[in-house]
Amino acid sequence: MLKKLTLSAAMAMVLGTSGGALAAGGDGHTEDFSFSFEGPFGTYDQMQLQRGLQVYTEVCAGCHGLQYVPLRTLGDPGGPGLPEDQVRAYAEQNFEVFDADLDDFRPAKPTDNFPANVDAGAPDLSLMAKGRAGFHGPYGLGINQFFQGMGGAEYVASLLVGYTGEEKEEAGTILYENTAFPGGWISMAPPLYGDDVDYEDGSSTELEAVAKDVSAFLMWTAEPKLMARKEAGFVAVLFLSVLTVLLYLTNKRIWAPVKKRAKGQPAE
Amino acid sequence: MSGIPHDHYEPTSGAEKWLHKRLPIVGLMYDTIMIPTPKNLNWMWIWGIVLTFCLVLQIVTGIVLAMHYTPHVDMAFASIEHIMRNVNGGHMLRYLHMNGASLFFAAVYLHIFRGLYYGSYKSPREITWIIGMLIYVLMMGTAFMGYVLPWGQMSFWGATVITGLFGAIPFVGDAIQTWLLGGPAVDNATLNRFFSLHYLLPFVIAGLVAVHIWAFHTTGNNNPTGVEVRRTSKAEAEKDTLPFWPYFVMKDLFALALILAIFFAIVGFMPNYLGHPDNYVEANPLVTPAHIVPEWYFLPFYAILRAFTADVWVVMLVDFVTGGIIDAKFFGVLAMFGAIIVLALAPWLDTSAVRSGRYRPMFKWWFWLFVVNFVVLTWVGAQPAEGIYTWISLIASAYWFAFFLVILPLLGVIEKPLPQPATIEDDFKEHYGKVEGGAGDAAATPAE
Repeated sequence: MLKKLTLSAAMAMVLGTSGGALAAGGDGHTEDFSFSFEGPFGTYDQMQLQRGLQVYTEVCAGCHGLQYVPLRTLGDPGGPGLPEDQVRAYAEQNFEVFDADLDDFRPAKPTDNFPANVDAGAPDLSLMAKGRAGFHGPYGLGINQFFQGMGGAEYVASLLVGYTGEEKEEAGTILYENTAFPGGWISMAPPLYGDDVDYEDGSSTELEAVAKDVSAFLMWTAEPKLMARKEAGFVAVLFLSVLTVLLYLTNKRIWAPVKKRAKGQPAE
Repeated sequence: MSGIPHDHYEPTSGAEKWLHKRLPIVGLMYDTIMIPTPKNLNWMWIWGIVLTFCLVLQIVTGIVLAMHYTPHVDMAFASIEHIMRNVNGGHMLRYLHMNGASLFFAAVYLHIFRGLYYGSYKSPREITWIIGMLIYVLMMGTAFMGYVLPWGQMSFWGATVITGLFGAIPFVGDAIQTWLLGGPAVDNATLNRFFSLHYLLPFVIAGLVAVHIWAFHTTGNNNPTGVEVRRTSKAEAEKDTLPFWPYFVMKDLFALALILAIFFAIVGFMPNYLGHPDNYVEANPLVTPAHIVPEWYFLPFYAILRAFTADVWVVMLVDFVTGGIIDAKFFGVLAMFGAIIVLALAPWLDTSAVRSGRYRPMFKWWFWLFVVNFVVLTWVGAQPAEGIYTWISLIASAYWFAFFLVILPLLGVIEKPLPQPATIEDDFKEHYGKVEGGAGDAAATPAE
């Protein structure tokens, strides 16, 4: 009875949510890219996040903001992990923010957020990797998402490599064909072609590698506490499992005399 | 408190007597915790503790979250990100609260199905059932309003769709909808009142939980046989029951720890799996999401709401008979609320004299079909309302009503129940009294 009910509840959840995820994925094709942070024990690759930050700064930041991300978190553990002086220098050199006290713009400080950027009408990227769903297979069952995460980073990477090269003009706007974008036509021009950046660590600058780097970085901007969360989850599950065993034994011990009496044997 | 004869609290020391004469609170607590409980309760009787835990978890995490949240359309979304990034432990608090709602509903559905299968709603426990249904309805209201607070796309459009249901009421619908929203559309006034009510209702639920417990402590627990505890003497009652402490407290805590281990795995490793990615996009009244999908625990009722479209003959008939007052939209709303009402009326729709489904050979099958049907409704509620899905949701919705309005009343007349055990003690012995495995057990674990 219990097992059956639990199973059906679990089924209901899996079926119910995979439908939701399906709906969010739209019609586009999302490639099942592999990332280091997938799965219960996956962690961010610090060097990849730093490379992704570089791609964001040199390419994406021209049009897209990261308005919810505090600059100081670039130095946080479980993130790009830049040293304090580098965070300060990065903020000063790259961004200006409006200071209401000065009534003027000044170079950004680590205590500021990345600025918003609405000039080009491009969406903010802070939460993009959580606001989209990725590969929801196999067969739309959502099993991959259950084990590997919702896959927003997969969607971002698929979009960045998904340009076919076709263009069309519609109502004065040029649209670019993209296999990952729902509807197939996106107004963003292809931002990456390969060899767009020079990496100091000598990593590959091929299109797919760069796309994955910046997608990983955007997963971090969306979920900066991912590693702390998984650690907390792991510790909680560990302690609760021990507690479960102890309570199981306690319960068994307490009930033993009662069950013995049911057999007609003396309880003590 | 309980009608089952048992020992009551007797104050011994002077201080205890002094207090007991003025406020018998220790006695109340003693009687509550030591209540005689049928000893044959199975593992489906653990959900009450899980639900109590969920309520406390949601209130505690919710109060802390409210300290950092800003209920304003321009700031709500950003304040959630503030909680996720800047508040110490904020991301865990929020994920616990988000997924806590899912655990709450998973547990309440299992709790309700337990009640349905074992006939826990039958006389004399109708009040317990009705209070439980009120709690369930308030839970749905609270969860719905809580989902609006992050002010994401699904928050906004979910609120628009669900409050739009009230607009379907003939003549006064628009006025009611405007009154509920505090304006012509979902806006700042709506967000503020939802926040206020989301904070208030859990405490109303807590009060009703106390009444729920009071009610079933008065009648005594039901049990898997549905056979009542013998009450003629204390000695007889003790053969059927054990005190809640420590026997059922430890059993429930064991189950709770196991469930929490699973719960924390979800919170730690896949906190967004049960959510919707669109809610990480800030609410935008100008952009409608491709599919508006409610949280998983509302999907069965969402499916019923959408099932009765204008081309269903029942809907056309009602539309014609009422002269267009009950159109397809209002019919759907009535069906959705009606689905919960027939569930609440189960004590009076079920005509069988036998309580437990264990001794009802026909009911069993219809019950499990009802469970499967519930899963189907959950699934189809997440699918687009087109093609084959409309048929599936219509058939599944029809079965929901048929189960309560036709099958439950009929079964009581045509079903021939199986023999029931005379006492709970007999049932317990039947289960645990088999001696062959017993000798080994006894050697391995001495009782004392």
